[in-house]
Amino acid sequence: MPGSRLLQSESRELVAFRIGPQEFCLDIKTVREIRSWTPATILPHAPHYVLGVINLRGSVVPILNLAERLNLGTPEPDARHVIIITVIETQVIGILVDAVSDIMTVPESAIQPTPHVASDSAQAFVRGVIAVEDRMLRLIDLLAVFPPARKEGA
Amino acid sequence: MDHSSDIRATFFQECEELVEALNDGLNEIDETIEDGLAEPETVNAVFRAVHSIKGGAGAFKLETLVRFAHHFETTLDALRAGRIQPDAALLLLFHRAADHLSDLLAAARDGVDPDPEGGAELISLLAALTGADEEESSEGEAEDFGFVPLTLSFESEPAATGSGCYEILFSPTRALYANGHDPSVLFRVLGDLGQVKARLDRSRLPAFAALDWQESWLDWTLTLTTDEPEHQIDEVFEFVDGLCTLEIRALDEAPPGLPLLPDPEPAVTVDAEPRPQAPPPKPRPPEGEDSAEKKAAAPRATVRVELDRVDRLINVVGELVINQAMLSQCVQDAGIPTRSAVRSGLDDFKSLAREIQESVMAIRAQAIKPLFQRMSRIAREASDIAGKQVRLVTEGEATEVDKTVIERLADPLTHMIRNAVDHGIEPAEARRAAGKPETGCITLSAAHRSGRVLIEVADDGGGINRPKVKQIAAGKGLIAQDAELSDAEIDMLLFLPGFSTSTVVSDLSGRGVGMDVVKSAIQALGGRVSISSTPGQGTVFSISLPLTLAVLDGMVVDVAGQTMVVPITAIVETLRPQPQDVHFLGSGAQVVTIRGAFVPIIDLGAAFGHRPPVRDFSQRVLMLVENEQQRQCALVVDAIFDQRQVVIKGMENGYGRIPGIAAATILGDGRIALIIDPDEAVGNVSGLGDP
Repeated sequence: MPGSRLLQSESRELVAFRIGPQEFCLDIKTVREIRSWTPATILPHAPHYVLGVINLRGSVVPILNLAERLNLGTPEPDARHVIIITVIETQVIGILVDAVSDIMTVPESAIQPTPHVASDSAQAFVRGVIAVEDRMLRLIDLLAVFPPARKEGA
Repeated sequence: MDHSSDIRATFFQECEELVEALNDGLNEIDETIEDGLAEPETVNAVFRAVHSIKGGAGAFKLETLVRFAHHFETTLDALRAGRIQPDAALLLLFHRAADHLSDLLAAARDGVDPDPEGGAELISLLAALTGADEEESSEGEAEDFGFVPLTLSFESEPAATGSGCYEILFSPTRALYANGHDPSVLFRVLGDLGQVKARLDRSRLPAFAALDWQESWLDWTLTLTTDEPEHQIDEVFEFVDGLCTLEIRALDEAPPGLPLLPDPEPAVTVDAEPRPQAPPPKPRPPEGEDSAEKKAAAPRATVRVELDRVDRLINVVGELVINQAMLSQCVQDAGIPTRSAVRSGLDDFKSLAREIQESVMAIRAQAIKPLFQRMSRIAREASDIAGKQVRLVTEGEATEVDKTVIERLADPLTHMIRNAVDHGIEPAEARRAAGKPETGCITLSAAHRSGRVLIEVADDGGGINRPKVKQIAAGKGLIAQDAELSDAEIDMLLFLPGFSTSTVVSDLSGRGVGMDVVKSAIQALGGRVSISSTPGQGTVFSISLPLTLAVLDGMVVDVAGQTMVVPITAIVETLRPQPQDVHFLGSGAQVVTIRGAFVPIIDLGAAFGHRPPVRDFSQRVLMLVENEQQRQCALVVDAIFDQRQVVIKGMENGYGRIPGIAAATILGDGRIALIIDPDEAVGNVSGLGDP
């Protein structure tokens, strides 16, 4: 890791997206592509926030309903929604969001720790918050959203 | 440096093939040993294999390897010359030597120090057989090898001396060059025997434009004047035996005025530079008597390809097949008539795509033989440790299986063979008492059966001691003390995690891994394992595996609005039940009568949580499926769409395993359909299968 002085001057590129009225963001390095919603194949016995799997040019990619995962209601996915294809460690996972709003560069120092609030999902899935103009972007912790433990299914 | 490591890698690859040939030969001798005979050609093949390994090892300065190979080779030579007689003990020693040789090779390849202990013991055993020979060969010879491929021709006994003149007609085949032999080297060695005159016959050489440079077009007529006996000439050509047409004729007298040419003329051009492909060899149709030797020596032409490339190709072809299916569907949806040119062109495309796919799959398929050979070794070592006499018989070695399957089968199979030796075969006294031959027999067989590969490990031991198995399982709390279990159910207890019949941890099995590991390894390959055992007669473990991990024939069905695929291999039949055939059993469970048998019904829609259980099957289809234990059950599906070949897509990387789902595939419309694992579906009902 670089020293703290260097870290402050370092900047990060983020993909910002919307779920309902709230704005979230992801490190652009974890985003592989953004595509429109295609109907997913339902997986039996899957957690409620897993919409199913879709075909991404020949690979089977699971899709998470992020709104459902964050307890922000259960929108019925339709053609206006988009899927952000992300790579978490070696897993490729799509997350369903309302819309991608922005791609921006912020200095590392702009990322503030998540304020202590009562919401469990906020504590668990938001790694930090970023103030951009008068908006607040919530930085999603992908690993927490989709625990890699799922891989040990066998 | 890269170059030399390439050569090194090639050497070890070739050694693998040589070790295979070596084991083959030894096994072949095994079969004829009863008559106290060893086919000379087979002994030669074994000898050649060891010799080639030694030669290569010398070039890489692998001295331990060279030393050991030399002793092995000396003993083999004694056998070949009839100085020692083949018997079972000798063959066992040879097998052990071959094992050690392959260990040394592996050690050399991985750059670790081979264990010198085992080698020393074997060397002294081998040396003891050849008597005086080992004195001369014990020290100092190791450096001689490497680049002189014909060391043996020097051990000449000065017998039958007398000046003679021979005419040698030498026509190399393409394989001779392909195997890295060089005629000029042979000629030079001949030159050591006496005066050689060589005449090149290039009458067969075609015009340059028509020249296939890999073929062998050149023949030589050599005239040799020598004091050495004729068999010395034979020995020079020993290593190209079967790779050339050779005719040696004794001439009446030496033609006068032969130029002294240790390095004959044509060889000069051949030898001038390392132009390995320069002398264009050509395989002449082997003449009568040669063909028998040829089959032993000439391997089929092969190309070594990185596995990654093959896998990439397989993936792309899989995409092609999916793409073709999508295109078909689009054309169909567009309402283009069946007789149109587009449709017929598309049909051709479809069959081509399928053909490509099958050919590509065939690239990955490999004979299971090397795996079985490894198992022979495992059995030998295991019986040594257990102090039992065990013979491993293999059948169906030519059966072709996907490479990945073979690789991932090695561990479970090793474990099963060790188990068979350790637990299956009884000690010799017990076998005598039971009136069986003292040597236990384990049969390892492979066969293709209805689209799957069936591998069986059968021993002729005492069979499963069911009361003991049950007692142990109860003692470990795996089953209730008073559980009533059928014989088959007791056998299945062996696969439970934490079960091991050995109360003492023996050297062989019982290292904390049990048959449950075997079972999960096989299941991970899409296979099943089952047991059948007859007390006093032995136990058979059967592994049934898919032919390939990439495609399967499936029935595309509708389950509560979801399109799913059921593997055809599991389906016994499909039927529409009559209302009077369906009966309730207990609360909610239902069975259907099929030819007098009651078969449990599983509503897939409910089992996968897509809908509440249905009661009325009149509009639905029942699919009778059977698992490896012959347990049947009827799966309820809403409709059958189609039967087609689907490309298997693993789920493990994205989401993980889902109970009841084997994998996924992509349908013609680009959507994903899940492939049902019928065995798990059946297992869910039986209660003894997976949770």
